[in-house]
Amino acid sequence: MTPASDNAITLTRKDLLGLKDLSRDEINLVLDTAESFKEISTRTIKKVPTLRGTTVINLFYEASTRTRTSFEIAAKRLSADTVNISASTSSVVKGETLVDTAKTLEAMNPDIIVIRHSCAGAPHILARLVSQSIINAGDGFHEHPTQALLDLLTIRQRKGGIEGLKVVIVGDIQHSRVARSNVYGMTTMGARVTLCGPAILIPRSVEQMGVTVETDMKKAVRGADVVMMLRMQFERQRSIVFPSIREYSQLFCLTGDTLELAKKDAIVMHPGPINRGTEIAPEVADGPRSVILDQVSNGVAVRMALLYLLAGGRQ
Amino acid sequence: MENKKRIVMDADRIDRSISRIAYEMLEDNKGAEDMIVIAIRTGGILLARRIREKISHIEGVEVPLGILDITLYRDDVIMRGKKPKMGETDIPFSLDDKRVILVDDVIFTGRTIRAALDALMDFGRPRLIRLAVLVDRGHRELPIQPDYVGEKLPSAFWEEVSVNLSESGGSDEVLIL
Repeated sequence: MTPASDNAITLTRKDLLGLKDLSRDEINLVLDTAESFKEISTRTIKKVPTLRGTTVINLFYEASTRTRTSFEIAAKRLSADTVNISASTSSVVKGETLVDTAKTLEAMNPDIIVIRHSCAGAPHILARLVSQSIINAGDGFHEHPTQALLDLLTIRQRKGGIEGLKVVIVGDIQHSRVARSNVYGMTTMGARVTLCGPAILIPRSVEQMGVTVETDMKKAVRGADVVMMLRMQFERQRSIVFPSIREYSQLFCLTGDTLELAKKDAIVMHPGPINRGTEIAPEVADGPRSVILDQVSNGVAVRMALLYLLAGGRQ
Repeated sequence: MENKKRIVMDADRIDRSISRIAYEMLEDNKGAEDMIVIAIRTGGILLARRIREKISHIEGVEVPLGILDITLYRDDVIMRGKKPKMGETDIPFSLDDKRVILVDDVIFTGRTIRAALDALMDFGRPRLIRLAVLVDRGHRELPIQPDYVGEKLPSAFWEEVSVNLSESGGSDEVLIL
């Protein structure tokens, strides 16, 4: 057996907290690794023994179906043991702080903690505090790096590359960690990103991140290679920021007509769950250009790649 | 210090070895029926293609060829800080009830083959698995022996045995480095 050090690859970091500080090489490494992992999910026996004896804790302080399931499936396909903790059924309801929960979990010696929290920066606090690898599965309005990585993988598969593509992200940019991680990831990979939405839902001075802002959706979509729709996050809007959902839909719902303005081979993405008819017309969501379900299967592959690359990485 | 390279097999010897391996496989198997060749990535791929060509030449049939990446089945993958680079596994057919010939260029400690056997079992239940290698360099750490061997080459543990086939550039030769 050739020593593993030959031709070896590694993520030289303990945690994955965001895409802001991930280099192009690191992103490519994750995407290439994920590409190799895709095949495992197509087998009859969808499991490899690689992470036997590794424990992954999914610590979810916010509701999640797809991300938590995706992480759990990814870990199980690599033979890791998984433990799911959701805030509503844990000692969090008894008043335990994040720090105390983390210290308690650390004492049980897991290897990787996947955390979702409504406060931006919660994974970063954990990463400094405990020796385990931390993966950010979404923190407040900050970042959702694994979602952006699976988006990048999907784009790369469909377009053969990311550099030079025109990517339009439409919706509630202000409250979207998906948008923020994607802006970091896509600009690092050399895409041209346009953000589009009601002016009140676009953060001020966002152009400093190297993106273009366009409040007219038709103008934004024109000539796009990728149109990414964001979910209207009703649960995050404490105050009503626009008069009605109907008005929002008239201006920012992706219909077949609007999509006509994009390139002929443009793809349509959505991180899910979708609000049919609010931000995306059903015929577009289910149409031939939609890659929404590819995004979901790529999510498992990307998370397998990250668990693989981060596990046992500390020396 | 100068690196002393020794050529231990030249093109003719390699070709004769591959011919003999192909004949032995066909003799054991009484033909190419139900036979599947699985190459271990990356060292086994070119060799497996050569063996398959020989079989096609001798028997007039194309046996299916799959490629197996064993990275995820290695016994040292998590122990090391660095991860070996992975390749794709491509076995687009069932192995159930098939006669699988596993092919690698060199057998050394036997750990790669152990990993490959575990991996193959995840693709079905072959009727049998046999192992073909071009070079057996000794130093086994596991009780695994090849069924078809091109050449037994005693080597020192620290030496490197390198199989080069012309498809990857240069000429057909086996070197000890």
